[in-house]
Amino acid sequence: MTKMNMLQAINNALITAMTEDEKVMVFGEDVGHFGGVFRATSNLQHQFGKGRCFNTPLTEQGIIGFANGLASQGSVPVAEIQFGDYIFPAFDQIVNETAKFRYRSGGQFTCGTLTIRTPYGGGIAGGLYHSQSPEAFFAHIPGMKIVIPRNPYQAKGLLLASIRDDNPVLFMEPKRLYRASVGDVPEEDYELPLGKAEVVKKGEHISLLAWGAQVEVIEKAAEMAENDGISCEIIDLRSILPWDAQTVSESVKKTGRLLINHEAPQTGGFASEISATVQERCFLYLESPITRVCGLDTPYPLAHEKEYMPDHLKTYEAIKRCVNF
Amino acid sequence: MVNFGGVGYIRGFMVDERNHLSDVGISHKVNVIDKGTVDIPMLQILQPDGSVHSDADMPEIDKEAALKIFRTMHYIRVLDERMVGAQRQGRISFYLACSGEEASIIGSAAALSDNDMIMSQYREQGALAYRGYRTEQFMNQMFSNKLDPNKGRQMPIHYGDKALNFMTISSPLGTQIPQAAGYAYGQKMAGNEALTICYFGEGAASEGDFHAGLNMASVLNCPVIFFCRNNGYAISTPANEQFSGDGIASRGLGYGIKTIRVDGNDVLAVYLATQKAREIALKEHCPVLIEAMTYRLAAHSTSDDPTGYRSKEEEQKWRVKDPVQRFENWMKSKDWLDEEQHKQFVEQTRQEVLAAMKKAEQVDICEIDDLINDVYDAPPWHLKEQLSELKKHISLYPEAYPKTSGRIRHD
Repeated sequence: MTKMNMLQAINNALITAMTEDEKVMVFGEDVGHFGGVFRATSNLQHQFGKGRCFNTPLTEQGIIGFANGLASQGSVPVAEIQFGDYIFPAFDQIVNETAKFRYRSGGQFTCGTLTIRTPYGGGIAGGLYHSQSPEAFFAHIPGMKIVIPRNPYQAKGLLLASIRDDNPVLFMEPKRLYRASVGDVPEEDYELPLGKAEVVKKGEHISLLAWGAQVEVIEKAAEMAENDGISCEIIDLRSILPWDAQTVSESVKKTGRLLINHEAPQTGGFASEISATVQERCFLYLESPITRVCGLDTPYPLAHEKEYMPDHLKTYEAIKRCVNF
Repeated sequence: MVNFGGVGYIRGFMVDERNHLSDVGISHKVNVIDKGTVDIPMLQILQPDGSVHSDADMPEIDKEAALKIFRTMHYIRVLDERMVGAQRQGRISFYLACSGEEASIIGSAAALSDNDMIMSQYREQGALAYRGYRTEQFMNQMFSNKLDPNKGRQMPIHYGDKALNFMTISSPLGTQIPQAAGYAYGQKMAGNEALTICYFGEGAASEGDFHAGLNMASVLNCPVIFFCRNNGYAISTPANEQFSGDGIASRGLGYGIKTIRVDGNDVLAVYLATQKAREIALKEHCPVLIEAMTYRLAAHSTSDDPTGYRSKEEEQKWRVKDPVQRFENWMKSKDWLDEEQHKQFVEQTRQEVLAAMKKAEQVDICEIDDLINDVYDAPPWHLKEQLSELKKHISLYPEAYPKTSGRIRHD
């Protein structure tokens, strides 16, 4: 075990994958010599050469289009989009190409080896265009997997699983935690399962569900609630698509209550999908309405960032409302 | 051919000569066109030491105009230096200097009319200052306070001012390029004697929006100046990893756009090139592409350190081509520079920037009610509901939201 922050864990996973399989190639804006604007790809070019780790021209649609072609040829591209906010020029390539290659060709051609890495999320004074959490847009696309880690250990294991999974994966990295989250990470190769949520902490009265950087927010809120005698079960969803309805439903059947927290705006956010499914599966077990604590339905603001964020205080208040319903 | 009930016609029967296939010459040999077939020279008037090339076209420029350009250059140097410092002190979260590119930005802005729309990328504070943006306005934006007309919603340096015809900056790269074509088309249709200038870097020119925008402007005859600051780097990525062709200028030719390549560190050349481009764009109702060859002496922003991707020697090579010094030498040769007065101006500017900074950081951010304004023309029910819940919450934990909690009005 080594203490790593999330960037180091991601870097370590990329080195592991590139060492094990020479078909793995890493590219994107500034990822080459410089090692990426966050340094997630540090030293990869030095270690594996310019052919396998390289800068691309500044064009997200180009990066993903190129990656789709490369994946369909059988290579294993790990493409970086510098900020989740800048993924939208590639939306057509992802929605109409990455996700549909396999289906439209009857399984003859696929982009299954593709992994798209992108930092997302707020809390870093990034304003409108360095803060967004676009997971719900991509959750609407059959054919994609979406994975979000909450800490360095999860980041390495989930990224390795994503690179090796035979489906295209959008791997979203909570940039607020890049350097802030530090933990023990094994040096050796390991994978964590895709499509599986993790119960981080057992509890009795309410299930709290989040992913990425918001997991520590619900943990903090749960601590406050524990002081009031409210026992919270904490679940990290980890995969947005396909998501682990079973683990979540089992938890809700036990606690009778569910709170979902995400940074993205509430309307059309992934919490909506979870709520619909859970009420279908757990209707008779519910003691209170499923509660969402989310970003507001505004663009992501700078000056009012603190007020906008679905923080631990809003979550704590929502827990109490839910339990006292 | 599209066939409707037996009547065939060719789509777009008003065929323009520039894409009429019958005009293509015929060769009976395999003719491979290689790089460098078209030589695109760079307009230079001032030599690096500030002396004038003897055979150079000279722009018409009087002392007053030259002084305004010169002072704006120095104003921006002071602003950049102070704000990079302010970022390091933690007073603002982000800054982005334009050192090395002052001639490109200010020289081009000086050749425009105040009615022309400026759509910038994000490094064109010099154009804004030239238009008359005041120090306090720069500060209000950078400190995200309630006096910023953009209401403190974006990161520092994302200026925007309708009164000065300066479109609010958007961080995503290249999005302004097709927008500029559309804006210019509207100006033409409205019969305005005005055009749009659109700034971007050579990195942004790799975005799909660049190609879409230039093609649209060319086909739809839009009076727009596409002004590319080819400053050698897109964050860490050098131009030779960005494109293999002959810069950005060669692409203008491909889209049938009149193109000028200019020494971006020569303010007189930039001024003349932009004047010429403006004249053509308005007279002929067409886009013009200018590629200014320059160098980003600054870091990309306060978020990166150039020592990680380029050498001091390379930077030094460009420092000797410093556009401000070059212009200063020319000003002196014309005897248009009163050094004592200039020193005073720089010192005054320093004091003004410091004072304005101190003032702006004391001003409150917008009230919380402004969070939901401008999402739509008027806030719909769900935003009103979310705001009302938020205000109740802030009142419950006032110390957690100190910037707004003292000014909550419950309706």
